[in-house]
Amino acid sequence: MTDPDHPSTTRRDALKCMAWAGTGALWALNGGVASSTMLGAGPSTKPASFTFLQISDSHVGFAKPANPDARATLREAVAKIAGMPVKPDFIVHTGDITQLSRDSEFDDADQILRETGLPTFYVPGEHDMLDEGTGKAFLGRYGKDSLGAGWFSFDHQGVHFIGLVNVADLKPGGMGRLGAEQIAWLAKDLAGRPASTPIIVLAHIPLWTVYAEWGWGTDDAAEALKLLARFGSVSILNGHIHQIAQKVEGRMVFHTARSTAFPQPAPGTAPSPGPQTVPPGQLHALLGITDVAFHRGVERIALTDSTLA
Amino acid sequence: MKRLILAAMLAATLPLGLSAAPALSAPAAAPIVHISNFTFGPQVMKIKAGQTVTWVNDDDIPHNVTAVDKSFKSKVLDTGERFSFTFPHAGTYAYFCGLHPHMTGSVVVTA
Repeated sequence: MTDPDHPSTTRRDALKCMAWAGTGALWALNGGVASSTMLGAGPSTKPASFTFLQISDSHVGFAKPANPDARATLREAVAKIAGMPVKPDFIVHTGDITQLSRDSEFDDADQILRETGLPTFYVPGEHDMLDEGTGKAFLGRYGKDSLGAGWFSFDHQGVHFIGLVNVADLKPGGMGRLGAEQIAWLAKDLAGRPASTPIIVLAHIPLWTVYAEWGWGTDDAAEALKLLARFGSVSILNGHIHQIAQKVEGRMVFHTARSTAFPQPAPGTAPSPGPQTVPPGQLHALLGITDVAFHRGVERIALTDSTLA
Repeated sequence: MKRLILAAMLAATLPLGLSAAPALSAPAAAPIVHISNFTFGPQVMKIKAGQTVTWVNDDDIPHNVTAVDKSFKSKVLDTGERFSFTFPHAGTYAYFCGLHPHMTGSVVVTA
């Protein structure tokens, strides 16, 4: 997993990369270590290690054979968060909150997620842009501190978080798209930040091409990644494809989370990326949430994907 | 007793109504594009000027129909929902799904 474009990559970095590229089980192991480190961390004046929670593709309103009640499975995800031994600092929702951008769906999602009692940050998915105002309903609820179609950034414990929107104003024949205005904003947002600042990027559609035939990628992602390339630790968290996929490229980690609503097929294994109906009793093992622990010291994140089973 | 008669009348008319529907629409040969498995079928729909194309979403996922030149755009179509548009003039009208833009199609209208 060393990157030929970064010949300076050391063996230690390479090992880290190998860890990142590991299986779900290895992620879980990393997560466990991170959690125990955190518990013993105690008060400190330096920025602390912390965890946050990623939830994605809740599709509130979805009620088809693949999952007759997406509200119920979101509630189960919320119950799982409530039962976590280490309370996350906040939640990020990486889009497709609703199925059809209806007010009632946003209302229900709000009500269910509010039960966590945690601050929640949202980036929109294409399903959140289906109101007559093409995203106005989403922005009205979640866009108060955002720009353009809903992009934003904030800092937490010395980590710079960036929420990007790659589902607005999509172009015929294309995939996800950030657009020139957002990329210009990103350049300004990153300018002047030291390369040692850990960066965590949130977006709905993956920022690397998982499978072009199904549109699982972002056409102009390379322009954003170029701006992020000088930073020592960049983690990019997406949803959209309703399954775990991960990749390491140089110092960049890409990870997609499971949905809380329904699974989608692995790339190319079905005639289309539509909802996958699985035999009764198997759905919960394919839905889940992602616990993200930021390790102070190594300045890296560790991810624990857990299912609703 | 009245209720029984009504039920009998409904039973008698229902099959008739159902069988009449295709017969009525057949002469018009209404051009229909099915949205299925994230594709528009047929991908190229050929019609005469003045005809109306209807798109119907057969997928479990919503889609829409958006003209590249913005001359028409459906609202979001959930499963089973339809959108119709009449093409008065000859030309080639390219369109795509605004949610899944890799889905593309066109309507070729001849005079």
